[in-house]
Amino acid sequence: MTNLLLKLWTPVLVLLGITGMGQMPIFKRYYVADIPGLGWLGEPYIVHWIHYAAAALFIFLAAWFITIWITERGKVTSTGWIRITLLALLIVTGYVRVIKNLPDVHFSPPVIMLIDWTHLFFAFLFGVVALWSLLTGKRPYLRVRE
Amino acid sequence: MKKIPSISRRSFFKTAGVAICASAVSSRDAQGSGFSEELMTVLDISKCIGCGECVAACKETNAHKFPKVKKPIPKMFPPRVKVEDWSDKKDIDDRLTPYNWLYIQSAEVEHRGKEYELHIPRRCLHCINPPCANLCPWGAARKEHSGTVRIDEDICLGGAKCRTVCPWHIPQRQSGAGLYLDLLPRFAGNGTMLKCDRCYDKVAEGSLPACIDACPEGVQTIGPRSEMIRYAKGLALEMDGYLYGLNENGGTNTVYVSPVPFEALDLVVEKGKGKPHLAAVENSMANEETLTSALIAAPLAGFAAGVIKVVSDIRKGKRYD
Ligand code: HEM
Ligand code: SF4
Ligand code: SF4
Ligand code: SF4
Repeated sequence: MTNLLLKLWTPVLVLLGITGMGQMPIFKRYYVADIPGLGWLGEPYIVHWIHYAAAALFIFLAAWFITIWITERGKVTSTGWIRITLLALLIVTGYVRVIKNLPDVHFSPPVIMLIDWTHLFFAFLFGVVALWSLLTGKRPYLRVRE
Repeated sequence: MKKIPSISRRSFFKTAGVAICASAVSSRDAQGSGFSEELMTVLDISKCIGCGECVAACKETNAHKFPKVKKPIPKMFPPRVKVEDWSDKKDIDDRLTPYNWLYIQSAEVEHRGKEYELHIPRRCLHCINPPCANLCPWGAARKEHSGTVRIDEDICLGGAKCRTVCPWHIPQRQSGAGLYLDLLPRFAGNGTMLKCDRCYDKVAEGSLPACIDACPEGVQTIGPRSEMIRYAKGLALEMDGYLYGLNENGGTNTVYVSPVPFEALDLVVEKGKGKPHLAAVENSMANEETLTSALIAAPLAGFAAGVIKVVSDIRKGKRYD
């Protein structure tokens, strides 16, 4: 079970990244949505729903891993710490956006802008750090002491 | 029947009306905060004569908000992205444009053996949970406490997602103006989006929106939502009529009252770009509202599953701590 969930981690994050980018109307503009099978990336509502669903799955995984991690004596790697911090910030700003989308909830204009721009910024930073960890072989988030 | 007549008069916000709904009036800051209840407009279309005074008043009053286009407008990349330039067509008033936020739709219909010629002032309905604002990835479109849905024309990048996701495709694009010009004008964004902002600046000063003020027939009424719903329902009862907008898209702050069913009007009004329909609309944000429950449940479920796993590992002797 843990192995299966571990295998889901990267694909779910990739899906979050793609559907997050799809919030901006770029896939239609740059022909990505013209590729057979990717037409949904040009449909704002579908991309939005999938970002929500992927976020739910991701948060489930994160809560699971955190619970297990607390009880294990793992040591978080330095790139692990950076990524965990960015993911935590993405989760917080993401939830605020979700709350904003509920009926009868509206924040002031500066708050809305701050949340939108920081969510985008953290997503960008996370993408950079995740790629860097991948390329330099520093993939593990934690080293478990045997 | 009691019509709350003072509400459609200039004096409403300043004198008589204050007594009726003091909570929603007096001077407000420009962000529209401080409203204890959202404002709603009711349009009695049986009264509208299609004179177009409201359309002219809207244009005149809001001209200072119109985009200032810098020409030449940058060419877009890739070339299939088309520039939308209305700056030489500012006088068009038979559809929505970046320079025309309100227009009159007309319908000739027969209902219960009676002929009707009806005129319907069309603009943004100011949805309760507006998809145009919720799905804006840039924070440029938003709903204010007054219930007014606004697009900040200085921040908007003109991607036009708001127009795509609006069930009536209300917001209209002007290329060559707005923040995108300062970023990567050829590669991202394409102008700024404009639509009715319910004259937020006038309302903040305690005046009526221009279109309401200008109407010689008193077609529109504005006031606190609960009061306006009561008024609209009473009006519909009185004329044995129909409502549009109360439940559309999960509810809006604009209600049309008509003596003819809206399905019949929708069949005959001219529809197309900048010319919205009158069909029934489901709540665009319904799936998001459902998925929010999944987002609330997700961390709890993950935590519970994690605990079960840890406990079972300990039972199986896989852990020693
Ligand atoms: C690694 C994780 C994530 C990445 C890479 C990511 C990426 C993005 C990006 C690039 C955008 C578009 C830019 C913007 O609007 O700021 C976006 C929008 C959004 N994200 Fe995420 N995101 C992530 C996690 C989350 C989570 C955990 C949630 C919810 C709890 C969430 C909710 C949203 C929402 C609601 C929107 C925008 C649309 C709206 O305001 O409704 N995101 N995301
Ligand atoms: S009618 Fe369209 S533009 Fe107006 S608030 Fe609703 S979704 Fe937004
Ligand atoms: S409320 Fe103001 S902006 Fe909206 S249609 Fe009327 S005059 Fe125009
Ligand atoms: S001013 Fe009044 S009567 Fe004239 S078109 Fe507008 S709503 Fe109708």
